[in-house]
Amino acid sequence: MWTDLLTDLDYYKGRAYAIEDVPGDDECYYAFVAYPIDLFEEGSVVNVFTSLVGNVFGFKALRALRLEDVRFPVAYVMTCNGPPHGIQVERDKFNKYGRALLGCTIKPKLGLSAKNYGRAVYECLRGGLDLTKDDENINSQPFMRWRNRFEFVMNAIHKAERETGERKGHYLNVTAPTPEEMYKRAEFAKELGAPIIMHDYLTGGFCANTGLAQWCRDNGILLHIHRAMHAVLDRHPRHGIHFRVLAKALRLSGGDHLHSGTVVGKLEGDREATLGWIDIMRDSYIKEDRTRGIFFDQDWGSMPGIFPVASGGIHVWHMPALVSIFGDDACLQFGGGTLGHPWGNAAGAAANRVALEACVEDRNRNGAEGLEKRGGDVLRAAAKSSPELAAAMETWKEIKFEFDTVDKLDVAHR
Amino acid sequence: MSEMQDYASRLSDPASRKFETFSYLPELSEDAIRAQVQYICDKGWNPAVEHVEPENAFDHYWYMWKLPMFGETDVNRILDEAEACHKANPKHHVRLIGYDNYAQSQGTAMVIYRGPIKV
Repeated sequence: MWTDLLTDLDYYKGRAYAIEDVPGDDECYYAFVAYPIDLFEEGSVVNVFTSLVGNVFGFKALRALRLEDVRFPVAYVMTCNGPPHGIQVERDKFNKYGRALLGCTIKPKLGLSAKNYGRAVYECLRGGLDLTKDDENINSQPFMRWRNRFEFVMNAIHKAERETGERKGHYLNVTAPTPEEMYKRAEFAKELGAPIIMHDYLTGGFCANTGLAQWCRDNGILLHIHRAMHAVLDRHPRHGIHFRVLAKALRLSGGDHLHSGTVVGKLEGDREATLGWIDIMRDSYIKEDRTRGIFFDQDWGSMPGIFPVASGGIHVWHMPALVSIFGDDACLQFGGGTLGHPWGNAAGAAANRVALEACVEDRNRNGAEGLEKRGGDVLRAAAKSSPELAAAMETWKEIKFEFDTVDKLDVAHR
Repeated sequence: MSEMQDYASRLSDPASRKFETFSYLPELSEDAIRAQVQYICDKGWNPAVEHVEPENAFDHYWYMWKLPMFGETDVNRILDEAEACHKANPKHHVRLIGYDNYAQSQGTAMVIYRGPIKV
C-alpha cells in the first residue's frame, strides 16, 4: 500500500524476539512479542486489549493462541487510574487489621424478595462477617428490583453496625445493561451511604469498568469486582487469555477486590499459578517466576493493590489452609459455608469468624509454616468456647473437592 | 447433631459489642498476649497502645497512650506500657497496634484489656 510509505512502519511493527518450546507439549511454542508504547492510548485497557487479543486470535494460520502474560511498562501503568482505593485505604475505612476480611455471597441467588434478602444480609453481618455480596446474577430482576434491594440492605448494615460495634458493608451490584443505568444505581448507593459497590468487569466490559472505578475514587466508594465469563477466556490450556493477564487488566482498569479462586474449594485453579496471580493483584513489584507461571517482572509503580477474594465451595475446615495460602490481605467468602449452618446465618458467620481468628492467633504465635497441619487441633480447641463453630465442624466434616485441575502449569507435566 | 441455639446478640446488651480482631475469641491469656507482642516485634512493626470507653469503641480514633514506641523490640517494655495504660484507665478497652510503616497502615490491632462491657 502506498500509504505505508507515509509512515515509519519499522518503528510500529511488533517484534517477535524469542521463541521457546512449551515443556511437556509437542505442538505448542511460546512466542515473545514486543510493541512500541505509542501503539496504545494512555490509560486505555480497552485499546490495549483490542490490539493484543484482536483478530490475531482468529487467524486461519494459527490453530490455537493463548495470551499467557503481558509486561506493562511502569510508564504505561502510571497513565491508568487503577484501583479506586486499594488494600490500605479499605483497611482504614473498615477498621480491619491483622486478619483477612470475612464475607459471604447471599443465596439463593434468584427469587428472594428485597426484604427477605436484607434479612439474610443482616443475619450474616450481626454474626460476625465484615462483608456480604450480591450474587453476580442479581442485577434488577422482576422479583427484586435494584432500588428496593439497596434500601433494605443498607438498613441491615446499619442495624448490624449498631449491634456489633463493628464496620460492615455489602457489595451492591451496580452492573447494568447500560453505563447510564450503572451510574444511576451507583449514585443511589452513594446517596444511601453504601461503603462499597460491585461490578462484573468482563460481562460489563472494560470501558464501563474503568469509568466506574474512576467514579468510585471520586466518590469515596470501594469497588468489588466479579469475574463472570473469565473461565470462557482462561480455562483452555492452549487458547484464550490466562487469568494472570485478566487480573493485570483489572488492576489497570480499577477495582479494590477481585475474585482469585481459592485453591481448596470447588473451582478451578492450580496452587502455584494461583499464588502467582495473587501476588500480581497485591504486590507493587513482582519478579519473573516461571514456576508460578509469571513470565515477566512487573512494576506497578505506586498503583494500589487489590484484595484477592477467595470464594466458592469453602467452609470452616478450609480455614487453616486459606489463612496459610492467602495471609491477611485477602477476603475469604463462605457462601454455603455460612448460610448452610444448621442454626442459621448468624451462627454460620460466628463460626467462620471464630475459626479465622483462632487460625490467625495460632499463626502469629507458632508461625505460618505447619498451620495447615495444626489446623484441626486449632479449630477443635476454638470450638470448645464456640458452640456455633462446633456445630459447623460437624456439618461440613466430610465435604472435599478432589477433581484434578484442567489447566496445569507446564512445569507440572515435566 | 447438637440442639439448635438462639444467637444471643442484642442492641440492648452492651456485651454484644465486638471490637475487631480476636474479639470473637475468649480473652487472651497473659502468655497468648506476650506471643502476639512478640509477633509484632518479629514483623518489625512499631508497637502502640490506645484506649477508649467501651461505649465509644466504634470511633476510628481512640486515645493514644503516650506515643507509638518506635523501634521498641523489648516485649516486656511493651507489655509494661499496656499495663500502665490499663491501670490508669481500668474501665477502658486497651488496644495494641503494630504500625507497619512500609504498608503505611496498621499491620495488626487487637484489644488486650477488655473494659467491663458486661452489664
